[in-house]
Amino acid sequence: MDIDLITNILYATIRTGTPLILVALGEMVCEKSGVLNLGQEGTLLMGAVIGFIAAVTTGNLFVAVLIAIVAGMAMSLLFGFLSITLVSNQVATGLALTIFGAGLSAFLGSSYVGIGIDGIQPLAIPYLADIPMIGKIFFQQDPLVYLSFILFGLVYWTFNSTRLGLKIRAVGENPEAANAMGMNVHGIRYMAVLFGGAMTGLAGGYLSLAYTPLWSEGMSAGRGWIALALVVFASWKAERIMLGAYLFGAASIMHLVMQGLGFDVAPNLLAMLPYVATILVLVLLGSNSIKAKLSAPISLGQPYRPQL
Amino acid sequence: MSKASWLQSPLKLEKRPSDSQKIAYLSPVLAIALTLISGGLLFLFLGHNPLTALHTFFIAPLSDVYGWTELGIKVAPLLLCAMGLTLCFRAKIWNIGAEGQFIMGALGGGFVALQFLDAESAWVLIPILLAGIVSGMAWAALAAYLKTHFKVNEILSTIMLNYIALNALLYAVHGPLKDPNGFNFPESALFADAALLPVFSDDYRLNISLLFGLFFMVAIWTLMSRTWVGYQIHVLGEDAAAAKYAGFKQKKLTWFALLACGALAGLAGVSEAAGPVGQLIPAISPGYGYAAIIVVFLGRMHPVGILLGSMLLGLTYMGGEMVQIEMSLPKSLTGLFQGMLLFFLLACDLLISYRVVRNKSVNVSVAREATSA
Repeated sequence: MDIDLITNILYATIRTGTPLILVALGEMVCEKSGVLNLGQEGTLLMGAVIGFIAAVTTGNLFVAVLIAIVAGMAMSLLFGFLSITLVSNQVATGLALTIFGAGLSAFLGSSYVGIGIDGIQPLAIPYLADIPMIGKIFFQQDPLVYLSFILFGLVYWTFNSTRLGLKIRAVGENPEAANAMGMNVHGIRYMAVLFGGAMTGLAGGYLSLAYTPLWSEGMSAGRGWIALALVVFASWKAERIMLGAYLFGAASIMHLVMQGLGFDVAPNLLAMLPYVATILVLVLLGSNSIKAKLSAPISLGQPYRPQL
Repeated sequence: MSKASWLQSPLKLEKRPSDSQKIAYLSPVLAIALTLISGGLLFLFLGHNPLTALHTFFIAPLSDVYGWTELGIKVAPLLLCAMGLTLCFRAKIWNIGAEGQFIMGALGGGFVALQFLDAESAWVLIPILLAGIVSGMAWAALAAYLKTHFKVNEILSTIMLNYIALNALLYAVHGPLKDPNGFNFPESALFADAALLPVFSDDYRLNISLLFGLFFMVAIWTLMSRTWVGYQIHVLGEDAAAAKYAGFKQKKLTWFALLACGALAGLAGVSEAAGPVGQLIPAISPGYGYAAIIVVFLGRMHPVGILLGSMLLGLTYMGGEMVQIEMSLPKSLTGLFQGMLLFFLLACDLLISYRVVRNKSVNVSVAREATSA
């Protein structure tokens, strides 16, 4: 295994990890506020299909990414309305959002299957891109990958050094107390859910505009669910999400590694790896469940209805 | 003060003293009506006469005996999966894995069927069906083991197992189980005629899997409403702490519910492979395992409701095919209708425990402002 191969594998790892980071960071913010949105898979598909349709129709990739974000927010608004305002069961609503998103995206995208577009191209960052290995891995990526670095920083900063981060956590830990302190619990939860939707819409756009510039039915292939597991794995910490997403990214591109090492393993067997890895991670966490419970937002998944 | 009251919505939700049983049964009807209205609007938006289109989707597929027998083919797997899921959901075990258990049932049963390609006796069906049931159970057992031993959340584990099952099927039909004479298509050989479930009439495809479905509908219902195990499952779902206090074995019940669901979903899977499909193909399941979740919610976990729900969801598959043939609209309308149905149902279910009332605080503040002015 030569140095070029390793560089390429790490380069691909960052690319593969990016959609997971985006979805997981968004979901983390959402869960910190006490809302468990299991609809990320459907939201991801909607972001991907709407972004792709926008790219084909307008020919402008920047607009397409923005529209993908809006699509994600629209899906999460639907979820928020049902689960926050109408206090529906968050688990069932999330599942419904996924089933709905899968159906709607397949329907909207049915005449766009097989169309190719020129996707978002890599953009080398001057000087940094010339660093051996590191340059190729981190600084010859496409703009959305850089955006994921920035968004990571933003989320990390919000939860570690801002008042807003504290408010979101307060609402997720003890909504009654937060309300008594004069916080608008529903308002903050809506904002967190919308942020999660925007991030997932962006991730969907990344899939259909940059990662593989095309649309195919169910192309998110469970990434929305893996990201959910990732949030638990990371025990609601942004830096661990980053690390975990790249680990999963590496698991997803094992076929490259295998080919590089000269092994011939059936691609469908290797395709199981990220899902198997997710289960293994959950097993490791489960046997350590006290710790996992301590870091979960206390009111996660519980609807809040202000007493008027 | 005036600004805040102006912002307040004129309607608010008020918790009912107790859940309304009437609304619980009315809610699915309301949800279906809303789905039909939205579907009509969608067709209108797509430039079709909504009534004609809805007729094509929901009525035309059932205009002859053939249509009803085809519906039966789709009701059977939905009914089996939904009854299994009911058992799990009753115990508040969120098993989303019927899809994977279905696929593994088809794969396991199909594997056995492919060992008997020159079979002539229908006895061969027994090992085939058993293999399907056991494969489905084994797949559910993984989720049960993960949940009871490692406290792994069953939603995530069963969804991951669904994807793994799908990849296992893809691996099999691209590799070891691919038909050597199949022009390199990712499909297995066709099963022997004796390895297919008997049909009621040679003119139709409907086979005895519908009887399996109806039998287990009654059997699972009896189990839930008339037996000690069923009672324990019920209590576990209603109040886990009470179940623990009463000394019910929570782990055992989890195993039981998941294994039963795996067996039924596996049976559904093998019945599909050794039934209307007759071989292993990548798309062996058109999402029956997921649609069955909607059936359970729609059917209020009651056997009659679940039968009706299975028929409606089965119809959405036929309607999708029908509008594709007749109106060249995409078949994926099926999934869209299914998703809408579940959404509207969840929204309507709100009315079971809440009622919408006029927001009195608005009136009070308005009145106060009126007097002060």
